Amino acid sequence: MKRNTTIAIIDYGLGNLYSLKKALGLFAETVIITSDPKIIAMADGIILPGVGAFQAGMREIEKRKLLEPIVRFSKTGKPMLGICLGAQIMLSKGFEFGEHQGLGLVRGNVKIFPKFVSDSEKIPNIGWSEVSPAKKTKWKNTIMNGISDKSSVYFVHSYIMIPDNKTEILSEATCGDITFCAGVKKGNIYGTQFHPEKSGEVGLKIIENFVTIANTYDKK
Amino acid sequence: MKTMRIISRLDIKGQNVVKGVHLEGLRVVGDPKTLSLKYYESGADELMYIDVVASLYQRNLDFEQLKSISENIFIPITVGGGIRSISDINNALRAGADKVAINTHAIAHPEFLKVASREFGSQCIVLSVEAKNISENKWEAYTEGGRERTGVDAIEWIKKGIDLGVGEILLTSIDNDGTRKGYDIALSKAVAEFAPVPVIVHGGAGSTEDFWKVIREGKVDAVSASSIFHYNEFAIVDVKNKLLEKKIPVRKK
Repeated sequence: MKRNTTIAIIDYGLGNLYSLKKALGLFAETVIITSDPKIIAMADGIILPGVGAFQAGMREIEKRKLLEPIVRFSKTGKPMLGICLGAQIMLSKGFEFGEHQGLGLVRGNVKIFPKFVSDSEKIPNIGWSEVSPAKKTKWKNTIMNGISDKSSVYFVHSYIMIPDNKTEILSEATCGDITFCAGVKKGNIYGTQFHPEKSGEVGLKIIENFVTIANTYDKK
Repeated sequence: MKTMRIISRLDIKGQNVVKGVHLEGLRVVGDPKTLSLKYYESGADELMYIDVVASLYQRNLDFEQLKSISENIFIPITVGGGIRSISDINNALRAGADKVAINTHAIAHPEFLKVASREFGSQCIVLSVEAKNISENKWEAYTEGGRERTGVDAIEWIKKGIDLGVGEILLTSIDNDGTRKGYDIALSKAVAEFAPVPVIVHGGAGSTEDFWKVIREGKVDAVSASSIFHYNEFAIVDVKNKLLEKKIPVRKK
């Protein structure tokens, strides 16, 4: 069922927004792809999408003067969700082609997948991996609400998020011998390294949860 | 844990999904929208949408048709056929593609792979190679949907493509395509053994056993099929059950 909710997808020129819009549209009455600060401020929830390099992402955000509107939204308590590069740039710093400042909404760094990945694994990490709640983390009442442990979701990335505060890691996945951060949560701020809009029914459930959170925030 | 990807491939000609043998003698097998939805719902891990005549006719694939497919499909979609400019890639991505597969244009203009992977990231650019066996452990790359010889050694070409920045290889065996005699194991192995990027193999699936064989012996990272799924010889879930039996992790739907 559709919620009477408005979700804004932040358009900063990177990534396939079509599938994301279609997926959100299954659950939210209004989905707008925008780079207008007024529309962003009015939304019940915002999505920060993106594929590509950290530096390019930040450059495009600054070019469109979106940094301030995004940071301001993050302080309202309304939910925001970064996906893939959109999640990575929420951290403090990225180390892709040099060192670059991120939005700093979640303290931590974005670094290349460690080199000691076993021989059988290849970078970029493309494909479906199982996600689990990080230690001492519960998925209840988050975007992962109702998702079974070890559900498969779709990843395409060469870099990973490393939050300073481990309690801000919401979910984890493994690649070879390495366990990495698949999702972050800091209050109302969410980020997923994987693509929920490309993760089949599990992904759609995550998107539905996000819309539900955006919808119920209003009524608190 | 990472799971083995089972990919369903749709060869598109005009408004139809088609299928041939050795990429030739194309027969209509169904409607792209119906088939793509069927594969999404039956647990495909990824979809490939390849316009098999776009390059030959030097035109673009049908972005509107692609849009009508991708709006119902929430798994990754790789799109190929006639991709020859940055704006073609942009159009494909805007129509719901996550990755683009490039063959014909790249053979003539290898530097395009570099430009494209810089612009969109390696993860977005798939080098599509149609390979035909010419002697023991030697394959020639073909273009235009398996119609044109290039004189280019497929293995050398793949090495070059990786150097130019592609993030994945789609390896189609012209010899085995549509024959159901199994995948070309030697070809798969020859590529997967050195490639630092994922390798998707296509062409020749005839039984669920064939999938297991090319994973075990061919060392590939993902397996694609079309005929056997189109003609309901068996379903994606049958392939996955077979792999589970062999202790290969697969995605549960």
